[in-house]
Amino acid sequence: MKGWLAILAVSAVLTCVPLAGASNVTLNFLVVAMLAALVGQGWNILGGYGGQYSFGHAAFFGTGAYATAILQMRYGVNAWVAFGCGIAAGAIVGGIIGFLVFRSGLKGSYFALVTLAFAEVLRIVASVTPITGAGVGTLIKLDIRPEAFQFQSRAVYYWIILLLVVLSLVIAERLEQTRFGARLMAVRENEDSARALGVDVFAVKIGATLLSAAITAAAGCFYAQYFLFVDSSIAFGSRVSVEALLAPIVGGSGTVFGALAGALAVRSLGEVAKIVAGDAPGIDLAIYGAVLVAVIAFAPRGIVGLGATLWARLRPREQVGLAGSSGRG
Amino acid sequence: MFAPAILIQAVINGVLTGAVYALIALGLTLIYGVLHIINFAHGALLTVALFAVYFAYKVLGLDPYVAVFGIAPLFFVLGYGLQRFLIGPAARGDDRNVMLVTLGLAIVIENLLLYAFHADTRTIDVPAGFDVVDVDGALLGVSRVVGFAAVIVLTLLLWALMKLTDTGKAIRAVAKEKLGAELSGIDVAHIYAVTFGLGTACLGIAACLLIPTFYVNPTVGQSFILVAFTIVVLGGMGSVTGALLGGLFVGVVESLGGLFFGETLGQLSIFLVFILVLLVRPTGLFGARA
Repeated sequence: MKGWLAILAVSAVLTCVPLAGASNVTLNFLVVAMLAALVGQGWNILGGYGGQYSFGHAAFFGTGAYATAILQMRYGVNAWVAFGCGIAAGAIVGGIIGFLVFRSGLKGSYFALVTLAFAEVLRIVASVTPITGAGVGTLIKLDIRPEAFQFQSRAVYYWIILLLVVLSLVIAERLEQTRFGARLMAVRENEDSARALGVDVFAVKIGATLLSAAITAAAGCFYAQYFLFVDSSIAFGSRVSVEALLAPIVGGSGTVFGALAGALAVRSLGEVAKIVAGDAPGIDLAIYGAVLVAVIAFAPRGIVGLGATLWARLRPREQVGLAGSSGRG
Repeated sequence: MFAPAILIQAVINGVLTGAVYALIALGLTLIYGVLHIINFAHGALLTVALFAVYFAYKVLGLDPYVAVFGIAPLFFVLGYGLQRFLIGPAARGDDRNVMLVTLGLAIVIENLLLYAFHADTRTIDVPAGFDVVDVDGALLGVSRVVGFAAVIVLTLLLWALMKLTDTGKAIRAVAKEKLGAELSGIDVAHIYAVTFGLGTACLGIAACLLIPTFYVNPTVGQSFILVAFTIVVLGGMGSVTGALLGGLFVGVVESLGGLFFGETLGQLSIFLVFILVLLVRPTGLFGARA
């Protein structure tokens, strides 16, 4: 119950941001941050709850983005339908990769490497095949109508991506309460024990990969629709894969709000860095990398974990209250 | 089809390139074999090494083949320090943390280089850069032949170090049984750092051998990292001979793939080999231990 209330409160606050007269720049920042949160939440399902650290989530993001763009531009499919197809395409790619990889029993570092390689293969293929526009990329034609999933106001885009993020929060919250989620976390904690207890490890991992890939693909579809352009390094580049794991790990992996908190924190830092250092290439990513190292060294449970620790420290102090306050000094 | 002479030339060129790949992979596999970690910063450290050699030539006027005697020890110290004071303490022995810390390190290094030197690609013209020798009709770049010979000598040296010295013995002990090694008085943290230092020194040497025929920019290491992983996986994680054979194999695959399908798809062939090997036989083709 508490979890649902928290989701409700957070989404209510975030929904009201555009109403408070946020500028286009702020809205753009928020849209991009929510995008990062959605990609990260996709990673979080498989990596955070399932313990399978993927270094190639760009494979799913890029599939979603390209599917949306190509279906619209080459086959005249309606943008909303293409969006749905993009999510499905991402899930299918996830299913195929998951099937191949988990069938061979790859885990840990091997899993990270093989996912990285799959994303690279897709990137190279997308950079040479004609249907993706090869090196030029694919542009989506400007057509500002709600039917075409294009809006004049950035606020509408923001509400749509927010809705997707909230849905992903709901999925994570459900995961923490259902049997499937319990099995997934059992696999993360100890695969052999989980198997001994009768968990179908392969099926659980495939299920988590499908869900994870679909969420990340949805972010890719939204990216294509928001920026109206996709090319191979945007879609399948390692930057997406890095950001996918960065947000939940900084925020707290395997938690409902980790990816959202991490994405907001990391993106804000990136903006601050740009203000301080000017718009120089590389400086934001350099800071992301440093944050990643620092979080693992000093706050392995991320922002959410830090918050929980602080909360736990504050509460007994309140309870002990008058009696204990002098002793603490 | 291609004439036999061209094919032979492509194979020989592949072997020569593969030797330098092998050296890069050697560092990676050494670190994996002992620390059982995957070092995602390997590519970025190679970039740093290439920049170091570049500036040694441009600023100090040092020929890369001379600079190697300074760069190699320098990178040993760098690697030692990184493992001892950053990666080790930050990761606290968790494999996933090591992956993430080295990934973070790679991102920081690459982007600081990008910030400092921009995305420009730089090359140097060493005197012997474009000399060729004619071996039975095949034209071979002198610097690549030197590179090949150097890699063979280095592999032998590394082998001797591992087999004949006390440090080598300690490294092998830690690789086999960490707890047992610790109980018999071996300083595991020190040996870990020494191994990481050796792996990084390999990169310093590889950079000196690469630069006469190669270029440097802040992201150049990325193009090597998956290649190096491919070699390590092919040869069996942790196997030194496997890395050498795997390197030569990948060099030839890339060279022939490039000849038949063009450069982009030549790269693709490496990744496909990589995925296939991982899926079908993750212990490596050359029968090393898992």
